[in-house]
Amino acid sequence: MGAYYRPTGLSEALDILKGEAVAILAGGTDFFPARVACPVDENILDISALAGLDALDEDGAQWRIGAGVTWSRLLGSALPPAFDGLKRAAREVGGIQIQNVATIAGNLCNASPAADGVPPLLALDARVVLASATGEREVALADFITGNRATLRRADELLTAILVPKQGLERASGDFLKLGARKYLVISIVMAAAVLPLDPTGRIAGARVAVGACSAVARRLPALEAALEGQKPAGGLGGLVSGEQLAALTPIDDIRASAGYRQDAALTLVARLLDRMADRAGDQAA
Amino acid sequence: MNEIRTIDGIRFTVNGRAVVASVPPGKRLADVLRDDLGLTGTKVGCNAGDCGACTVLLDGEAVCACMVPAAQAAGRGVVTVEGLAAGDEPNRLQRAFARHGAAQCGICTPGMLMAATALLAHDPAPDRQAVEDALGGVLCRCTGYQKIVEAVLDAAGGAAEGSVADGAVGARLARVDGLAKVTGRDVFGADGVPADALWLRAVRSPHASARFTLGNLEGFLRNRPGLEAVLTAADVPFNGFGIYPDLKDQPVLADRLVRYRGEAVVAVVGKRAAVEGFRDDDLPISYTPLTALTSLAEAMVPGAPLVQADRPGNKLIDGVVRKGDVAAAVAGAAHVASGDFTTSFVEHAYVEPEAGWAVRDGEGVAVHATTQAPYMDRTEVASVLRLAPEQVRIVPTACGGGFGGKLDVSVQPLIAVAAMRFDRPVACVYSRPESMASSTKRHPAEVRARFACDSDGRLVSAELAANFNTGAYASWGPTVAGRVPVHGSGPYRVANAEIAGAAFFTNGPPAGAFRGFGVPQAAIAHETLMDDLAAAAGIDRLEFRHRNAIAVGDETATGQRLEASAGLAACIDALRGRWAEYGASAERHNRAGSGRRRGIGIGCMWYGIGNTAMTNPSTIRVGLGANGRFTLFNGAVDIGQGSSTVLAQIAAEALGVPVDSFDLVVGDTARTADAGKTSASRQTFVSGKAAELAALDLRAKILRLANAGDGAAIVPGPDGPAIRDQGIEHKLPLAGMDADGEGMVLLGEGTFDPPTQPLDANGQGVPYATYGFAAQIAEVEVDPAFGTVRVLRMAAAHDVGRAINPMLVEGQIHGGIAQGLGLALMEEYLPGRTENLHDYLIPTFGDMPEIEVMLIEDPEPLGPYGAKGVGEPGLVPTAPAILGAIRDAVGVRVTHVPCLPHRLRAAILAKESSDV
Repeated sequence: MGAYYRPTGLSEALDILKGEAVAILAGGTDFFPARVACPVDENILDISALAGLDALDEDGAQWRIGAGVTWSRLLGSALPPAFDGLKRAAREVGGIQIQNVATIAGNLCNASPAADGVPPLLALDARVVLASATGEREVALADFITGNRATLRRADELLTAILVPKQGLERASGDFLKLGARKYLVISIVMAAAVLPLDPTGRIAGARVAVGACSAVARRLPALEAALEGQKPAGGLGGLVSGEQLAALTPIDDIRASAGYRQDAALTLVARLLDRMADRAGDQAA
Repeated sequence: MNEIRTIDGIRFTVNGRAVVASVPPGKRLADVLRDDLGLTGTKVGCNAGDCGACTVLLDGEAVCACMVPAAQAAGRGVVTVEGLAAGDEPNRLQRAFARHGAAQCGICTPGMLMAATALLAHDPAPDRQAVEDALGGVLCRCTGYQKIVEAVLDAAGGAAEGSVADGAVGARLARVDGLAKVTGRDVFGADGVPADALWLRAVRSPHASARFTLGNLEGFLRNRPGLEAVLTAADVPFNGFGIYPDLKDQPVLADRLVRYRGEAVVAVVGKRAAVEGFRDDDLPISYTPLTALTSLAEAMVPGAPLVQADRPGNKLIDGVVRKGDVAAAVAGAAHVASGDFTTSFVEHAYVEPEAGWAVRDGEGVAVHATTQAPYMDRTEVASVLRLAPEQVRIVPTACGGGFGGKLDVSVQPLIAVAAMRFDRPVACVYSRPESMASSTKRHPAEVRARFACDSDGRLVSAELAANFNTGAYASWGPTVAGRVPVHGSGPYRVANAEIAGAAFFTNGPPAGAFRGFGVPQAAIAHETLMDDLAAAAGIDRLEFRHRNAIAVGDETATGQRLEASAGLAACIDALRGRWAEYGASAERHNRAGSGRRRGIGIGCMWYGIGNTAMTNPSTIRVGLGANGRFTLFNGAVDIGQGSSTVLAQIAAEALGVPVDSFDLVVGDTARTADAGKTSASRQTFVSGKAAELAALDLRAKILRLANAGDGAAIVPGPDGPAIRDQGIEHKLPLAGMDADGEGMVLLGEGTFDPPTQPLDANGQGVPYATYGFAAQIAEVEVDPAFGTVRVLRMAAAHDVGRAINPMLVEGQIHGGIAQGLGLALMEEYLPGRTENLHDYLIPTFGDMPEIEVMLIEDPEPLGPYGAKGVGEPGLVPTAPAILGAIRDAVGVRVTHVPCLPHRLRAAILAKESSDV
């Protein structure tokens, strides 16, 4: 039986991380499933009691999602439309039982290729804050996750917050689509998320589109984003998506789908996502 | 600093009561509730957040208690299912669940109730979608979800509660065990383990085929205080089990050789924490992997390694039904259709993993475990222990879902061997991956079929050959290979037939009994060919089936003349209105051209009730006690389908008393007679008939004693029944009568064995005394770009002879449809890859169509009040109806299930390129 730490102060938590090998536990929804029929005998750092970690707040420059913020908490928070994609993803992370305890930060640290939170946060240009006893650093989410279940987090670091820069989100909408083989409790075959910022003339300026479950780490689609630049979010937007823009995806064959299917479905899913966003934009304009 | 230690105790409240739990802070809250606080109403189905059975409220919010460390409960309030009722009085939601039949086996019920409680606290008037969203995190394998949704909506609505029906045959009576299920009081396999029990954990092979040697087990034990022993093959008195007396081919613990991934190699016994405290790799087991046969093709190739040394060609068994001259019939036919169809391993996925405990009982042993077959378990445990059957007592716990998977023994021989060895109670509870890896599966099938009809669309010949992958051990393989030839013609009148079934060993998991015994696989083939022939003949698909529907007076492929109760045509007729409506709706949708395509399909089936051409009697007893109460001694275990309720209704009707005049004794082999296994859709028909006979026997004895005429009424009363005959009331002299060991002064007994005849070399004979019939239709929507399928609605017409309890019958059909939908669209067990409930997908709330059930009652003279079985028929026609609808929608003829999105998409693309 290992030690079980449940500090209330961040510096204590960071000291523990510095001092010994521990498994970090927040909502427990990845921790326990990885230990089915296995003894739970390692040292555990439970961060659920850390003061202030569950704050979701903003300053002039950015939104800050504390590492303790759960999916349900996010869903219940007033956030601008750019976060709508992240909220839609939140509704599809397991059942409500999972959403009530699982944290968004945990979803990033677990770094599954099919993590529901990653594409929408990539589309929000999110950054993460890594704290250790020796200081803090900020890393772009796109750099943070380095592979299947691999991140830049050092063993002595704790991901304390997710930052979403406000820059460009003043007039932006967000959306998310997930394709799975059943309705609830399903791991994605393909996911797509987008944030479409608009300039004062109502044209897309700085589009961000990401696809998940089609590569070891979810990816943005820069060629598509470039093609969207200057477009009006109106009918036919999805028609701008092409196979070449998705060529960098590297889907695999697994029990859920074939690689070829994923590549093909990703194209359709992204197109539908953009069409839906254009429809909604049209509804709002009307 | 900050370290939380067990000794400090974790303080929180449970159901309003303050508790201090001295447990490891990382212990799962579900385990704390169950093991440390005795609140076993919270169920553990997966320990991974995949099933939601363990849902409790934590400060009012639904959480999976299996993923909450005890430390996080500190200072907070937990509410479990035990906290819903006010004292003994169930709350409105619980009452609604009971009234609607929303609980079948009941293992998911606490989780459903807690998720619904959280919903109603936030949203007192939810709509259907809100209910599905809120409860979508809980899986149910029995109900198909519809009655759960109805119960929650009813509880939320302000309407007066409907009264619970009473009355006997034909009444929509709430389950007799319903309150126990909605209050969390029902005791399942893992719920009643004695505190002083040792625990047993099997360590299982990670290889599908390997030789192995055991190293220094003493050394392993020495370093692990709390462990008692590592049991090996040498510790098992007779190390073989299996369904058939001559096929005891599966070892309790493998002996130097493993034949499938998940096979038990050794069993470690000791204190619970010690047994759970090591990793499989810690054991000194050295494997040498061998070539594993993973498919029928690999097993059937000449020269393939033998899975069982005494089975040449890896063949377990074959069977055939042959009638008329198919070659001549095909030669003269106007239309011929043929095809090859394949299916996958399918997992039962009952939400309750296998569990139980055993204890020495004199020279023998008593086994308390979740099961579908107490008397078969008794025979098997006795054989393994080399005891007489009478020395083994099986006490079935509540069974949290079976569907055929709990017909084979699982924990029983292991815990019985250990209980005898240690003279202490010994318990074993499988983990979810262990349950999935080790238990039986539906047989993967390769079916080749050819059917032919004349120019009027009348069938002239049926040919079907099905090869089944029976996995590493025989299990129920012979039953599947025997049942399929009888049913392979489909429920149709056809003069010429040649239908074969064969089963082959591979290094897959043992394929055994699963709702339908191979018939669902064969139905996919014959129903696709019915659609082919209907198209070729230019006849509507429903009409084509109606034209060929087998009826009273017709002969089956086995030469059996159907004497009564063959209501397929009536089922099809009942669906005509909906068929037209579904078709018009699909056409309307497709004309509008949204990109998504709709289509409709139909599937028909027949199903022989009870064992195939084999005796399968049930004996039921009904007693009158010295205390004046009636007792139903019922050996038929209720695995959720409702036999306890149905048999009580039948006994009540026959005796002429209300259902609540009975005390119920269910399943215990020391207290009930053999009522056979809960399988083959036989309990209502066979045990139900025995219950009727038993109650009539008791009634005759009572009336004789009272010297009353046949028309006399028996009126239960607090001091014993009164017998009213022509205005005169008699009382029985109970006080002066001798009571038996159960306290009964009068006992009625009934035995029924459905009349069948063995099949000859050509499969001719009378395999079943009666058949169930059904037709189902489906409307689906296909998204061609993704290959995804949504089943929008289904109508199911079933000839059940007589619905003893229409609500329970509907529940069986809903649940069968859910499993049939899973078979068609998502379920595929792959050893080592889908051994959990997030990679192995079963339907959730959001995947089920709206279901309309139509009951046809064409009475079966042999059955109790005309009833026959319905347990399996609900599933059989579902996949064919869905596949037919997919074909109607997008023109793709699906020949492999599950029809996963990427497979359907590939087929759509292939069709588009061939159309060009």
